[in-house]
Amino acid sequence: MSVAETLAAVRPRSSRAVAFLVFAIAIALIAATPFLPNYYIRVIDSLLIYILLGIGLNIVIGYTGLLDLGFVAFYAVGAYSYALLASPQLDLHLPFLLILLVAACLGAITGILLGIPVLRLRGDYLAIVTLGFGEIVRIIINNLDWLTGGPKGIARLDKASILGIQIARPVDFFWLLLVVVLLAGLVAWRLERSILGKAWAAIREDQDAARGIGINTTNAKLAAFATSATIGSIAGAIFGASQRFVSPESFTLQESVLIVLMIVVGGIGNILGIVAGAAILILLPEVLREFAEWRILFLGLLMIFLIIVRPAGIVPRSFGPDKLIRRLIGK
Amino acid sequence: MLGNLIQQTVNALTIGSIYALIALGYTMVYGVLRMINFAHGEMFMLGAYVAFLVLSMLVGDVGMAGAIALTVAFLVAIFLVGFIGVGIERVAYKPLRNSTRLAPMLSSLGVSLSLVTGIQILAGPQPVAFPSFFPVVRYEVMGGTITSMQIGILVAAFVLMFGLYFLVNRSRIGIIVRAVSESRPTAQLLGINVNGAISMVFFVGPLLGAAGGILYASYYGIMSPSMGAVIGLKAFTAAILGGIGSIPGAMLGAFILAFVEVGGTALLPIVTHGVLGTEYRDVLTFAILILVLLVRPAGILGEAVSEESIVYKREF
Repeated sequence: MSVAETLAAVRPRSSRAVAFLVFAIAIALIAATPFLPNYYIRVIDSLLIYILLGIGLNIVIGYTGLLDLGFVAFYAVGAYSYALLASPQLDLHLPFLLILLVAACLGAITGILLGIPVLRLRGDYLAIVTLGFGEIVRIIINNLDWLTGGPKGIARLDKASILGIQIARPVDFFWLLLVVVLLAGLVAWRLERSILGKAWAAIREDQDAARGIGINTTNAKLAAFATSATIGSIAGAIFGASQRFVSPESFTLQESVLIVLMIVVGGIGNILGIVAGAAILILLPEVLREFAEWRILFLGLLMIFLIIVRPAGIVPRSFGPDKLIRRLIGK
Repeated sequence: MLGNLIQQTVNALTIGSIYALIALGYTMVYGVLRMINFAHGEMFMLGAYVAFLVLSMLVGDVGMAGAIALTVAFLVAIFLVGFIGVGIERVAYKPLRNSTRLAPMLSSLGVSLSLVTGIQILAGPQPVAFPSFFPVVRYEVMGGTITSMQIGILVAAFVLMFGLYFLVNRSRIGIIVRAVSESRPTAQLLGINVNGAISMVFFVGPLLGAAGGILYASYYGIMSPSMGAVIGLKAFTAAILGGIGSIPGAMLGAFILAFVEVGGTALLPIVTHGVLGTEYRDVLTFAILILVLLVRPAGILGEAVSEESIVYKREF
């Protein structure tokens, strides 16, 4: 038997084993989380928030191919929506689900507002303008003291509750986030396969050709910005509710860059990749906590290494969630 | 009033010339590789730290006299950082040259993170006082105060920029670099050493950035591991404003940015009657950037590449 034949004989079963292993680990993790100490649940909560942010940003970067470095602005819009509508700051105490809806709408509106001026710009110019937009939002939040509390932020946010069930402990947020991440992942994954998703892919691969075959590139790009901003804003609202405190410090440029890195290191355009990227960039620093700043140095070097070894990411674009499931059931 | 105007103009020119030195590195790298080098701000930071190290070695161990030690430290530091820049390109960017356009940019983010943390580990995260590279004498010019330090910075920056102009437009190396930035495949077909040209750019860019860092640290009397991030962003904005890839554009963008900043700090509270304070200076900067790009999507002096140009394809 030649090497190729041996490989062909071994691969299906082993990749099925890999798929099985991935699922087993995921389910074991989910099942074990409620029994972990609160600190670990908080880490997993923040991991889930970053995965949610990654899913949102991936629509613009991975699907449509536009480099957005100001994503954190939408995250801030969501967090401050919750902070203003459910705190003593303006003495408003709206229900959590309503705020989630408001945050989603505000996010979409901000996304379109940012989208309109930047659509004419070429890739690298787009990157710097979105970056500038993110910084503008942060500086305004930082200085609009009467509304946002300035650098001190807004504290004593209300406890969230959904239909009478209070969501306050880290484990409550774990379940909430798990549901939201799965929903957002499903929406993003289905969108990628829809007509709109194919328009995005066409724009990413070749904008002129996309326009040539009759795609309205402006509308498709605006839709990408709006969808991505909505998800980012929802993540922000949940973040605000879970911290019960927001301040401009959480919405720096570094945060935007971290989300971009997560996507690219994990596997651009692929939801499974985002999970892998988030696991490396969010969990690793927590695991290596005792090494203080050495871990950041290690992270930087690891990033260079990973990008050189696997420029398309840890999980390639072609290996999406559907493939994983198909491998598992053996088709 | 006139004195104030002169003083603010000189302030803006000083800051602008430092921005220009850094912006040139961004724009040259972009010119040949179409890559945003996020680690360039760290070259600026390294310049200050290396100069500080060399200076303390020269004065402490060798016992060299002040003025000579400063000149030697300045030159040694900028050349060292130039070589570091070439080394980084070899290790972190060269393997990615035929990869997606996003890959080298993110690799440079990794480089930036590693360098900042590396310096934090070696020298401590706290800011360090930096020696002045110029004697400080104050001159009164029609009511405004100008220091000899500002004049020194302006002279040093303009000498370096003139050197770069000469190198790019009047030398063989410059012809090679310009050819590669015009079209890499064509340059290669004509037998030009493309790797050499790219190395050259990654030598000159960090060298100018490091010079900017030393001048900046000397101007404000302080250096810190994170100093590259803020100034790098400003200089990058300047390069984009002027039209990235264009060398005169980077200089023009840097001076426009500096004048907007200095003018904004002085005028914003007066014009808006205190509604918008000086803290909105950076908002003004970015707002002007966005406005300019809306009118001229390729920057002020950028080559008029339309959205449909070949550069846009295969972006990521």
